[in-house]
Amino acid sequence: MIWDAVILGAGHNGLVTACYLARAGMKVCVVEKNDWIGGAAVSRELTPGFTYSNCSYVSSLFRPEIMRDLELPRHGLQILPYEGGAVLKEDGGFLAMYRDHDANRREFARHSPRDAEAYDIYSRDVQRHCRFIRPLLLRTPADPASFRPRDIGELIWIGKHMSGLSEQQIAEMVRFWTMSISDYLDHYFENPVIKAYLAVSAIIGTALGPMSPGSAYVLLHHYMGDVDGNVGAWGFARGGMGAITRALAASFTATGGEIRTGSPVGKVLVKNGRAVGVALANGDEIRAKRVISNMDVKRTMLRHVEEAELPQDYVSSVRRFKTRGSSGKLNIALDALPRFPALPEGAPHLRGDLHFTDSIERMERAYDDWKSGHFSRDPFQDVMIPTTIDPTMTPPGKHFMSCFVQYAPPKIEGRDWTDADRDAFGRTCLDQIERYSPGFKDLVLHVEVRTPRELEAEVGLTDGNIFQGELTFDQLLFNRPVPGYANYRTPVRDLWICGSSTHPGGGVMGAPGRNAAAEILRDAKRPARDMSDAWAVL
Amino acid sequence: MPGPFSSTGTTDVVVIGAGPNGLACAARLAQKGRRVTLLEAEPEPGGGARALPDIAPGWPSPALAHLVRHIDPRVEAAMDLSRHGLDWMAADLPTTVLSPQGHLTLRGDQAEGADAAAWAALHRRLMSFAAALEPFRQMPPPRLAASGNAWGQLARNALGLRKLGATEFREFLRLILINAHDVAQDELTDPRLRAALCFDATLGAWAGPRSPNTLILYLDRLAGQIAGGKAALGLPRDGLPGLARAMARAAQASGVTLRTNARVARIEIANDRVAGLVLTDGTAISAPLVVSAIGPKPTLLNLVGPRHLDAGMTTRLRHQKSRGGAAKLHLALSDLPDFGTDPKARLILAEDEHAVETAFNPVKYGEVPDAPVMEIVLPSAFTGGQAPAAPHVLSAIVQFAPHAPRAGEDTARAAMLAACLARLERAAPGIGKLIVKADLLMPYDIERKFGMAGGNWHHGELSVEQMLFLRPLPQLSRYATPVSGLWLTGAGTHPGGMSGAAGWNAAEAILEAGA
Repeated sequence: MIWDAVILGAGHNGLVTACYLARAGMKVCVVEKNDWIGGAAVSRELTPGFTYSNCSYVSSLFRPEIMRDLELPRHGLQILPYEGGAVLKEDGGFLAMYRDHDANRREFARHSPRDAEAYDIYSRDVQRHCRFIRPLLLRTPADPASFRPRDIGELIWIGKHMSGLSEQQIAEMVRFWTMSISDYLDHYFENPVIKAYLAVSAIIGTALGPMSPGSAYVLLHHYMGDVDGNVGAWGFARGGMGAITRALAASFTATGGEIRTGSPVGKVLVKNGRAVGVALANGDEIRAKRVISNMDVKRTMLRHVEEAELPQDYVSSVRRFKTRGSSGKLNIALDALPRFPALPEGAPHLRGDLHFTDSIERMERAYDDWKSGHFSRDPFQDVMIPTTIDPTMTPPGKHFMSCFVQYAPPKIEGRDWTDADRDAFGRTCLDQIERYSPGFKDLVLHVEVRTPRELEAEVGLTDGNIFQGELTFDQLLFNRPVPGYANYRTPVRDLWICGSSTHPGGGVMGAPGRNAAAEILRDAKRPARDMSDAWAVL
Repeated sequence: MPGPFSSTGTTDVVVIGAGPNGLACAARLAQKGRRVTLLEAEPEPGGGARALPDIAPGWPSPALAHLVRHIDPRVEAAMDLSRHGLDWMAADLPTTVLSPQGHLTLRGDQAEGADAAAWAALHRRLMSFAAALEPFRQMPPPRLAASGNAWGQLARNALGLRKLGATEFREFLRLILINAHDVAQDELTDPRLRAALCFDATLGAWAGPRSPNTLILYLDRLAGQIAGGKAALGLPRDGLPGLARAMARAAQASGVTLRTNARVARIEIANDRVAGLVLTDGTAISAPLVVSAIGPKPTLLNLVGPRHLDAGMTTRLRHQKSRGGAAKLHLALSDLPDFGTDPKARLILAEDEHAVETAFNPVKYGEVPDAPVMEIVLPSAFTGGQAPAAPHVLSAIVQFAPHAPRAGEDTARAAMLAACLARLERAAPGIGKLIVKADLLMPYDIERKFGMAGGNWHHGELSVEQMLFLRPLPQLSRYATPVSGLWLTGAGTHPGGMSGAAGWNAAEAILEAGA
């Protein structure tokens, strides 16, 4: 048979595209190399009885429009908002964070009354930037070099969108988009711990330090999500992050879609410049009217498409697409809840994210290590214990701890990671936790250490970049992934890209998958069904 | 206020600060018939181009700036600088990258080595981008609001960008905010060429080449021209003081009254209008129009005072980034040092892109780098053979240096000097024995000697978030200030630098406003 579409990779974006196409009446097949689905949004039982969110670990960015369109709650998805968290200081004190703005403000006042006041202004300003950018997430970026009516129309739309802002606000926005988070926060705050806490979202997953210009935008990227309408709030998916992709898969199969796991892709089949299907690594061929890749642009184009089918300048553009990985991950099974003596007994902070990096300088020094080709000797860790809120992931009384680590380079001093490097990296992270939680290591039942090498091998992220490509301006909006091809298309007719290396980029957001689906349906002259805001791209 | 303000002199316009921009601004206003008084705090005009006291008796010091990259063509033509004594020892200096793997010389799009073709292609592309951006420097920054723009000129400039063609325009949009390091790695294989690109992109900036938004600084450099030569490096006879003297003579010939040793203590304001100013010696000068070229921060925060500004602007000005990252090294030498290459060049001491980045790392934390990178000029090499022989002097811009060192100013200066000399000794063995005297100006020394906030030679960092309509602040970007009759010019205003463009633009804005 000939499918209407075959989708390469069952990550969240591939599944989002699959769902929308299936709902519009297409016969869609998803192929996945692993024996499980989910890509980087997975729940895996790596030690008996313990469910790990062993890649992405929190949810906020996933677009509520998609959740509604695809009826994900009905298919079992539940997002549990979490409380806040704390930064543990080197001197034994701590800064707590809460979901509630006023509670935060009171906590800030304990550290700096001036910063407590500044926090109101800061939150208002950042919210304004978020509100401006959110409508852009579900739109195909206009090509500023094109004279096609649609691109010109889109540019006019952006102009109108901006006309609601005052001259001062536009100036502020340009500053925000181009500044470093360190400079930006200096403008509002004086306390180093408060600044360190607020800078976190600007460095997670990026190959930038907090003092790198452009890092303030990354903060926005992490802030523009919401949980149940609370902008900027974060939550856990009940049952681990795999719950998101499981719900997507359920929604997809309920509308007649088919998923084939354990089916690595060999080559995209191209005939007369058109994609006509895919040959799996085992030689099986799946014929389809269109091929849609959830893999990043480098992996798709450089590994699975014959170079002869692509224009040379496109290939060089894809080659220089920056995918330097910068993050690692420790997934830990714990015998009991660890104790942090700095925090009051029974405090709610363990139900949020814990950080040990109490100044921007320590974060930046961690980045300097990455630049010189080494993992950070004093890394930044975003530590979460989702089982404090979602006990379904472990046996009673036990816990799962997720430690996201910045920075880990794709190569160690120019050579590939070895197991010894990986173990040294893991030890560095565990030792850091032990310093703030004496006896912590005795609670550890099992550790999975993931460096960019593991992320690439298992999830398929080139160089282990969790966003499928760095989030700097040269790779955002109409530049993502390649100038002239930001509309989810490729030089090969009927070959599409729907993953995070397309606009608006990484994070478990689903927006690239949805936007790609909208473009595909438009191209196929099919009405989009069940797609809210379909006008945005159609 | 101590009694009513009474003046001892009257003039139409007072320009504060006789640096290149102050001189250009004063000259333009005088040419248009204004009575202009130009006040300079130091004994010599020139600002960053002025002559400094001798390093040692018999060894004249180079100026803070030691090469010319840009003289605004409007300024050059209208001030007729060559008639007033500007003469070039070299108007198109080659650059030589000093490297342990052998030196490499480049001049414009011509480079030695295996990467010659790649360098030429990259250089030509970036030159075309720079040329498309250049017209923006010769106008006040566009306003974002609908009113007040020179729409015709803006449309012409925008069309200039679009005329690059679809492919090149896309490439322009990709590269405009990229970092220099990635471009160097994408396009070049020779570490010495990568070093040259990364060094020039971050020269004078508080940023390493891996910082996004650094390639645009390189484009800004390429957009410069001297005597009609694009992206050229010029060394005037007598160095930068030669340029300063020519500009001062030209300004005076236009009718500008230049007063040196005249340091302004405060700007007098009555009813939100400029009334005049008072010098540190008590002299009062009344003028309805004051243009300050000494930098937005010192002008508004010190000479005007927060009392006359709204609180928001004061805060913004205080937070405006003005971190200097460059130090200036002057060596009096008993002989010409041997770098193993033709000394009639600009020498860059940085072996690759990482060396530049690594030199920036410690500066972020107020520390001194172990291995600074530098741009070296040996003026005496150009006057060789003349009698009497010129004394040998080495002039180097050393990057990066902390502007607020944690270890204390004197300790940091000593450590920086030691690091510089060690690095020079490796590049030119034996140079240490030739040193008669060494002078190092750290950013804080530069701030003190030249009044540049934070020791940043642009009077405020020239970074994307402080460029164009954001320079120095959105409210101040069109040279006017909230105080009626007070205007800003100088490197702290658009487009930055010491080309005279900011001075000329400000003068044009003042004339257009009929102020």
